[in-house]
Amino acid sequence: MLESKLAAPELAAVEVHGMTRAAFIMRSALAAGSVYGLHTVGPFVSQALAQDSAGDIEILNFALTLEFLESDFYRSASGLSGEAAALATRFGDEEAEHVDALTAAIRGLGGKPVGKPQTSFPGGGQGAFLKLAQTLEDTGVSAYNGAAPKIVSKEVLAAAGSIVQIEARHAATIRLLNGEDPAPVAFDRTLTEEQVLRAAGPFIEA
Amino acid sequence: MSSHALEKESPDEPAAINRLAADPASRRRFLKMLGGGAAATASFGLLLSACGSDEGDSDGGDGGVEISEGPDPAAPSAPPPEPAADVDIVNYALTLEYVEADFYAAVIERGPFSGKQLDLLKVIGDHELQHVEALFNTVGALGGTPAARPRTRFKLGSASAVAGLAATVENLGASAYLGQAGNIQSKEVLAAALAIHTVEARHAAALNRLTGRPPTPQGAFAKPATMAQVLPQVMPFIVS
Repeated sequence: MLESKLAAPELAAVEVHGMTRAAFIMRSALAAGSVYGLHTVGPFVSQALAQDSAGDIEILNFALTLEFLESDFYRSASGLSGEAAALATRFGDEEAEHVDALTAAIRGLGGKPVGKPQTSFPGGGQGAFLKLAQTLEDTGVSAYNGAAPKIVSKEVLAAAGSIVQIEARHAATIRLLNGEDPAPVAFDRTLTEEQVLRAAGPFIEA
Repeated sequence: MSSHALEKESPDEPAAINRLAADPASRRRFLKMLGGGAAATASFGLLLSACGSDEGDSDGGDGGVEISEGPDPAAPSAPPPEPAADVDIVNYALTLEYVEADFYAAVIERGPFSGKQLDLLKVIGDHELQHVEALFNTVGALGGTPAARPRTRFKLGSASAVAGLAATVENLGASAYLGQAGNIQSKEVLAAALAIHTVEARHAAALNRLTGRPPTPQGAFAKPATMAQVLPQVMPFIVS
C-alpha cells in the first residue's frame, strides 16, 4: 500500500475541515509532514506565510488552527490510563489555554480569529494515541519554529516562543512515554532552502 | 523512506548558519540596528493578551533608546563599527553551551549514573557539544570573535542531586534562549536560536520527568529570562 511509504502515516489520518486559509495551510502542512517527514513541516509553513503585520495575524491564525487541532485531539482521548491519562488531561488544558491566548492576541491586533475547524482522528487505543500525540507535538514544534522568523512584532514573537517551548516539552515527554529519545536531533530544524522547496513545493499554492 | 533520503542530505547544523556564512548582506543588516535591542527586552515578558496595548511601538523605534548609526567621531575610544548585538547574544549562548557541555562531560565521566539514565545524559551532552560547535561557527560567520571557553567546576553529589542540577540547568537554558529571541536581529540567527531553544526545552522536560518534576513547571506559557537573571546562576560553575 501507498501508506507504507509515508514518513508519518498517522498524520495522514488526521482530518482538518474548514475553508480558511489557516485551515488550508494546516492541511497542507500535515500532508507535507506525512509524506516527507515532520522536519519538513516548519520549512513548509515558513514558505506559506507572508512577512508583514498582516502576516502576523495570518501566522497567529495558523497557530490558532494548530492549537484547536491539538486541543481537540487531547479531548478525544478515551480509555487512557496511568501517566498517559494524566498527561493527556494536563496537555489538553495547556493547548486550550493556547487557544484562548491566541484568540485574544489576534483580536488585540485588530484581526479576526479563525473559527474552530472540524477535526477527526483515527482511534485505536493508548499506543496509537501516544504515537499520534508524539507526531502532532513534533509537528507543532516544527510549525512554530518555521513560522517564528516571519513574525514582525516583538510581542507576537515573544508569545510564539513562550508557546513553542511548551509544545517542545509536551513532545519530549510523550516521546519518553513511547520509549524514544526526547530530543531526536540537536537542532529542531535542519533543512536547506533548496531541500525545503523540493519537499514542500507540491503543496504550496503558486 | 523518502524522509530518510532528505535526512541524509541534511547537515549536522542548521542550514541557516551556512547561509549566513555566505551572505554578507545579512551581516550588514546588524549595523543599522546597533543598540536597538534594549527596547524589545522590556516588553519581552508580555503575553499575547497585551499585544494590542502598545501598537506602533512594536519595532522599538521610539522607546527612548538612542540608536547610533556608527561611532561618535568625538569619542576617543568609540567602539569599532562592527555588529554588536547578535554577536554578543550568540557569544552569550555559546558560553552557556560551553558550561552545559562541560557539565555533562563531568557527569558522564564521574557521575553516579548507569543504564538508561546514563544513555539519556550522553544524548543530551552530545547535543550540547553540537550546539557549541554551531554557535562557535556562527560567531565567526558574523565576523566576531568567539567567546573563550570558560574553565568550569562542578560538585557532583548523589544521583538525585546531580539530576536535579541538570534539570535546573536545562530549564534555565530554555528560558535564556527564550529571553533573547526578541533581541536577535538576523532572521537566520533567530531560526538557529529557535532550533536550539526547543531542544533545550526537550532536555528540560526529559530531566524534569527523571526527577519527578512536572514537564511544564510554569504552566501553558514558558517564561523568558534575561542575561541579568541567567548569568548569576551560571557564574558559580565558572572558575575563570
